Amino acid sequence: MSTLTITDLHVTVETEQGPREILRGVDLVINSGETHAVMGPNGSGKSTLAYTIAGHPKYTVTKGSIDFDGQDVLAMSVDERARSGLFLAMQYPVEIPGVAVSNFLRTAKTAIDGKAPPIRTWVKDVKQSMSDLRMDPSFGERSVNEGFSGGEKKRHEIVQLDLFKPKMAVLDETDSGLDVDALRVVSEGVNRVKEETGLGVLLITHYTRILRYIKPDFVHVFVNGRIAEEGGPALADRLEAEGYDRFTETADA
Amino acid sequence: MTQKSSAEHSPAAFYNADALPPVQTRRERLSAYSIDELNPVSSRSAEWRFSPLDRIEKLTSGDRDGSEIPAVYDITGAASVNHVPMSDPLVGRCGCPEEVASALAWHDAKNALIVTASAQDASEVWITRESLGGSARAGHTVIDVAPFAKTTIVFDNRGDALLSENVEIYVGESAQVVVVNLQQWNPSAVHLASHFCRISANASLTHAVITLGGGVVRINPTAHLAENAGSATLLGLYTADAGSHIESQVFVNHDAPNTVSRVSYKGALRGAGARTVWIGDVLIGREATGTDSYEQNRNLILAEGARADSVPNLEIETGDIVGAGHASATGRFDDEQLFYLRSRGITEHEARQLVVRGFLNEVLALVPVPRVQAIVHDALDEALEEVTA
Ligand SMILES: Nc1ncnc2c1ncn2[C@@H]1O[C@H](COP(=O)(O)OP(=O)(O)OP(=O)(O)O)[C@@H](O)[C@H]1O
Ligand SMILES: [Mg+2]
Repeated sequence: MSTLTITDLHVTVETEQGPREILRGVDLVINSGETHAVMGPNGSGKSTLAYTIAGHPKYTVTKGSIDFDGQDVLAMSVDERARSGLFLAMQYPVEIPGVAVSNFLRTAKTAIDGKAPPIRTWVKDVKQSMSDLRMDPSFGERSVNEGFSGGEKKRHEIVQLDLFKPKMAVLDETDSGLDVDALRVVSEGVNRVKEETGLGVLLITHYTRILRYIKPDFVHVFVNGRIAEEGGPALADRLEAEGYDRFTETADA
Repeated sequence: MTQKSSAEHSPAAFYNADALPPVQTRRERLSAYSIDELNPVSSRSAEWRFSPLDRIEKLTSGDRDGSEIPAVYDITGAASVNHVPMSDPLVGRCGCPEEVASALAWHDAKNALIVTASAQDASEVWITRESLGGSARAGHTVIDVAPFAKTTIVFDNRGDALLSENVEIYVGESAQVVVVNLQQWNPSAVHLASHFCRISANASLTHAVITLGGGVVRINPTAHLAENAGSATLLGLYTADAGSHIESQVFVNHDAPNTVSRVSYKGALRGAGARTVWIGDVLIGREATGTDSYEQNRNLILAEGARADSVPNLEIETGDIVGAGHASATGRFDDEQLFYLRSRGITEHEARQLVVRGFLNEVLALVPVPRVQAIVHDALDEALEEVTA
């Protein structure tokens, strides 16, 4: 059983006009097995939260803490966080020319586990994972994310989720850009990992459609750098029907 | 006609090198066997303006030993090697010196090494040159590939060298040729070379220059696409250490219809003060209708004070072409790439190595010689061990 505890998190980014505060006091607790959906308008800071958990150097934490099973996440390097069991499926996965997917997956798996995976089962696992996510085996020879379509990049993120077996995953708009079939395939992938490992999930999305496949235990409304309201799955439907006006007004006041 | 003469877009971390205006058009470059007819070696001449003239003095003035260059030949298939006097008709078919070091080497060489590949059988010639020593030498090689022959020729250069040489590569009709120049010289070695490649009808040449070690290494290939539907792929891969100067003046001369060229040079500057120069001239002549040409140079700066000059230059004399493009970019590590890898548990050190290796692999993958790929892989493992910047 793992717990990720985010307390009063304040985050700034450096802009030409000086530092700008994006997160303004985020509180969130995610336990193993739980799925937390985060919904909110464009620019409200959802990706900032995701990147800050992963340790992207662009973001500066000015106040608050992130604790993962008693470890101070903010004191850890990017790769230490990943090795401790945190995973971020990125909204915009990065292209890495010349680094083959198969080589990348094996290198990452070795780093996360602290030892090379047994060659025979590993090759089989990779094959299985790729076929589960409807990725042709030829992707193994291609450069990481290079020339992948938007949907292929997202499926590649979930292949990694499946293979690396993290304890906590942040999925930043993994559903955006997926066709209906891919959405189902990706959701099934996430659910399979959840079932196998008791993964905790922070699922950032704009659409309730994915929430029909990946059932959230909690829904958080993210507005203007903080959580404006929390509720159960019904809150998502209400957001879809009514939009965020109600919250942006309170936030402005 | 589609004509992409502007640099293609490149990752944000890269900036486009300012292309200096050509001093003269490539068409007008002097060529002669006599040094009196060539531009003097000076930092003001187009041929020499980037080169460390003090370090190459012994190859641009004075005398050189023009006797046979010690080498070990490992030949499989239908190929042979022998030496002939410079007066042999096989010498001088592919080009003529364009600068002083080349003209001097031509004059100094007492004989020419002839590598002959015939069409009976595919062949491979592996030429190991590792006992040249540190005294000034001049050499001449002619690679003579018969029509329809398939051959791979590798120069495996190691140890000390103070060498100036000319290499002629005559690619017969419909032949398929790979020539690899692999430099793992000692840090004090100086190596100047002009390669004159003449590509006949329907023939293809892949020419690769891989420089992983050496003090001054300046290898300038010219590909003359002289007949219909010839194609040339000119590859370069280099890692530059502290104090090394690696220069590549590449010239592709599209001189016949339907010819294809691809130039791809990539380098990692991993030593403080390392210096690389790439000048990529492409001339598409009046006869060269249907030309398809693309050239790129990319450099990754990994150390303080390292400098890469990158000058693409395209001259087009006919409008009726398939395409002509170029790209040139020099930059540091892309932080987003490093973040992505590290967010998968990979340490910063290993992430940097992966990125550099991936960057260089894009060229290495195009060198169709597995044994060369294996050697370079191993050498890069060692060379990139200390990459941290
Ligand atoms: N370097 C920067 N300079 C100025 N503003 C920035 C910078 N980086 C991020 N921001 C701003 O931070 C805010 C939050 O961005 P973030 O990507 O976290 O939003 P988001 O909620 O994920 O939006 P979306 O739903 O569109 O993905 C945005 O308004 C963005 O413009
Ligand atoms: Mg976002």
